[in-house]
Amino acid sequence: MSFLGLFRRRGSAPVARERLQILLAHERSSHGQSDLLSKLRDEILAVVAQHIAVDHDQVRVKLERGDKVSTLDIDIEVPHSAVALAGIR
Amino acid sequence: MNKVIVVTSGKGGVGKTTTTAALGAALAATGQSVVVVDFDVGLRNLDLVMGAERRVVYDLINVVQGVAKLPQALIRDKRIDTLSLLPASQTRDKDALTEDGVARVIKELRTKFDWVICDSPAGIERGATLAMRFADTAIIVTNPEVSSVRDSDRIIGLLDSKTELAEKGERVEKHILITRYDPARAARGEMLNINDVLDILSLPLLGIIPESEEVLRASNVGTPVTLNDPKSAAAQAYRDAAARLRGQDVPMIVPADRKGLLDKLFGRRAA
Ligand SMILES: Nc1ncnc2c1ncn2[C@@H]1O[C@H](COP(=O)(O)OP(=O)(O)O)[C@@H](O)[C@H]1O
Ligand SMILES: [Mg+2]
Repeated sequence: MSFLGLFRRRGSAPVARERLQILLAHERSSHGQSDLLSKLRDEILAVVAQHIAVDHDQVRVKLERGDKVSTLDIDIEVPHSAVALAGIR
Repeated sequence: MNKVIVVTSGKGGVGKTTTTAALGAALAATGQSVVVVDFDVGLRNLDLVMGAERRVVYDLINVVQGVAKLPQALIRDKRIDTLSLLPASQTRDKDALTEDGVARVIKELRTKFDWVICDSPAGIERGATLAMRFADTAIIVTNPEVSSVRDSDRIIGLLDSKTELAEKGERVEKHILITRYDPARAARGEMLNINDVLDILSLPLLGIIPESEEVLRASNVGTPVTLNDPKSAAAQAYRDAAARLRGQDVPMIVPADRKGLLDKLFGRRAA
């Protein structure tokens, strides 16, 4: 550690440690498969696609993996024409 | 004008990912739109260095395979809104990255961004050759150390033969970026000198990034060093390199031996 290190604010290592713990918890639980959030994302989109003709460009997915809580935010624009189309089929 | 840049080296651990994040942030801070693309399939890290690791929804392979559209896979940086990340996949098979698929993605990125910066995996295999394949410009990240210089030379050979531009008989524009430069060791003659490196590789110098604690701290917190420690010598060096990429003529700063000075003032400490 350099001389200046003695005067520096608390190190960044604790932040690194916390970030890694959260990330690895998510990665390990998925065993090389997609994790729960990715599964939910895929299944929700699949169900939606059964009912309406979804245009991929009208779907926005946001995801934030947290320590205690994660959020999955799926935003789908449903044009009425798409609903009508699915009704006919 | 939009440009595809590959950040490459052959050798691992020389600072490619750090450089991709820092240059990406420095270019985006000027208001130009930038996407950084992680080509290190199976070992992604750019998301971590950029602090976006918890927000990955889709990745490069999802886009290549058509599972997701490009806009869905792009992660917008929370600090600079002109900066985006396209993450590599962590789990899937490397062979899923096809040349045609990569060509399509790069072509689409070119229409959306001023700068497309591709973070190459180490090695000279498929991942590395795909990352450089469609580049206009290459940044060869080199440490002033024998094995890094040798590997850079191999990579330069690939840039001159395996890229799309080379196959068309044109040239990829190539720059050397010296990173992890330790002024104290350079002063003691323990490290290859910068002119030696440039003589051997005979390419122009884009910048010299000092070995610095600030870089380590920046990756700990997941913020490119140019944002996390804008006043540091490393941040300044990355900003200057970004300015040179934009065609500006910026005087080259050779990192000074600050630690050496402290050593002299306070007496030498054991290394
Ligand atoms: N200028 C620098 N000063 C100090 N550490 C650095 C510097 N550049 C890179 N590093 C560190 O070196 C390691 C490898 O860097 P990285 O960018 O991941 O290399 P690569 O992508 O070439 O494998 C990381 O721990 C990184 O924080
Ligand atoms: Mg890397």
